[in-house]
Amino acid sequence: MPEKGGGKPRRYSAIGLLRHGLTDVDWPRAWRSHPLKDRYDVVVVGGGVHGLATAYYLAKNHGVRDVAVLDKGYLGGGGSGRNTAILRSNYLTPEGVRFYDRSLTLYRTLAADLNFNVMFSRRGHLTLAHNDGSLRTMRWRAEVNKLQRVDSAVIGPREIAKLVPYLDVSRDVRYPILGALYHPPGGIIRHDAVVWGYARGADALGVHLHQDTEVTGIDVASGKVTGVRTSRGRIATPVVVNATAGWSTLISDMAGVSMPVSTFPLQAAVTEPVRPFLDTVVVSGTLHVYVSQTDRGELVFGASVDPFTSYSTRGSLDFAEGLAGHVLELMPALSKMRLLRQWAGLCDMTPDFSPIMGPTPVGGFYVDVGWGTYGFKAGPVSGETMAECVANGRTPELISAFGLDRFADGRLVGEKGAAAVGH
Amino acid sequence: MIQLPCPWCGPRNVTEFRYAGERTPRPDPGTATPRQWRAYLYLRRNPCGVVEENWYHTAGCRRFFTLHRDTASNAVKETR
Ligand SMILES: Cc1cc2nc3c(=O)[nH]c(=O)nc-3n(C[C@H](O)[C@H](O)[C@H](O)COP(=O)(O)OP(=O)(O)OC[C@H]3O[C@@H](n4cnc5c(N)ncnc54)[C@H](O)[C@@H]3O)c2cc1C
Ligand SMILES: [Zn+2]
Repeated sequence: MPEKGGGKPRRYSAIGLLRHGLTDVDWPRAWRSHPLKDRYDVVVVGGGVHGLATAYYLAKNHGVRDVAVLDKGYLGGGGSGRNTAILRSNYLTPEGVRFYDRSLTLYRTLAADLNFNVMFSRRGHLTLAHNDGSLRTMRWRAEVNKLQRVDSAVIGPREIAKLVPYLDVSRDVRYPILGALYHPPGGIIRHDAVVWGYARGADALGVHLHQDTEVTGIDVASGKVTGVRTSRGRIATPVVVNATAGWSTLISDMAGVSMPVSTFPLQAAVTEPVRPFLDTVVVSGTLHVYVSQTDRGELVFGASVDPFTSYSTRGSLDFAEGLAGHVLELMPALSKMRLLRQWAGLCDMTPDFSPIMGPTPVGGFYVDVGWGTYGFKAGPVSGETMAECVANGRTPELISAFGLDRFADGRLVGEKGAAAVGH
Repeated sequence: MIQLPCPWCGPRNVTEFRYAGERTPRPDPGTATPRQWRAYLYLRRNPCGVVEENWYHTAGCRRFFTLHRDTASNAVKETR
């Protein structure tokens, strides 16, 4: 629906909120809707955080405003509205650490930049080690992190107990806690707000957002993109950016580009709200579980991906049972809490747990995919670098390690040790 | 929970099995170029629809078998 008056969305402010609350008129929509044009300079497929951020930075940083974002459903209906919203940069490879840390830097000022409260809460992030092997990987990560100036250190059970009440740090359990990788700048954010903030920001700069618009084909002539076919008609365009995460193989197939991606569902669950007691995000790779408490007081639980590929987002009881068992191993005191909901999203897993970003063998066809279970935190930096890549026709240094060609060349960027369970 | 029809043991809960990945034609290791070999290692069809894949019956007969599964619905089509 076009906003009343048709003009640009107004700035949000405390005064505006007060005035609006008193006068009680309808809130204007945060972004407008436009007729679908038959030509755009750039078409971004996928209206999650990656597609929207790419469109936003194309318009903001490079003045490329004739951009359409197409989504087959609604904005944020994919992984961007289903994730557990954990942000961190304590990865394992220098390339990964630098990249994700740039995203955290952008996230820190995102609320002010977008004039939208994204509720970033930097509360600290703990990855528990229950055996020597994981403790060793954590020491390695901590050293790589420190070299990149990322705050990250291995701490012992006593410090962990101080940070996390109700955590069972006794030795007489099946998986005693030996230590943890502590990352103070990590935290959680309101994922929907990030999506809506980027959508509103992109709209204000002239980007067209088209929901309910499914891409059904990509036209390629002499090795170059010439347009996309959609459920609402054809669009001519020289540039297509594939930002469809779990569905990205299907879009790349349309352009004839093969990818090393497998789609796995990832499930999560949330409890009824209780009083705030948990300040940090707690992850256990060995127990395949992680937990954080939202501002509303609910506990959000996540795990590793389902054990086989699928495009179905149906939840399963054995997941909820397994999850509950693992949570109770960590925090037996939670045994009386009730699960409110569980859900699933699709994850585009790559062989090395790193993303695939940049150009492809088809001219004008770019990918920003392979976000697996860890891509929400990368939204801002991916938007920034993909916009630069598309606008300048050159791959920025920060993402040069993540090209599609690395698989044929055997230059994998192994992040499994830092991304398999802790997203 | 879905069930898989193990050709040796009959239908069992999927938790008894280990997913062993999409079936991809393996090039001859003696003559394949590194590029061909890496394409075999990494590239996946990953269709939203019927896929041919390998499974291993960990908690049963401990044998591999192949099945056709629709990844949109998880319905199993046929086993071998
Ligand atoms: C349960 C869960 C927990 C997670 N936890 C975390 C976490 O804690 N931290 C973290 O960093 N990451 C996490 N992730 C991963 C993160 O959610 C994703 O990597 C990220 O949201 C991907 O964003 P995106 O914009 O690339 O894709 P998405 O948000 O998935 O958007 C893709 C969009 O493409 C659209 N689309 C698909 N096909 C078509 C088509 N043919 N035509 C038009 N549009 C199409 C879809 O409708 C969808 O809206 C989690 C994921 C899940 C499922
Ligand atoms: Zn069997």
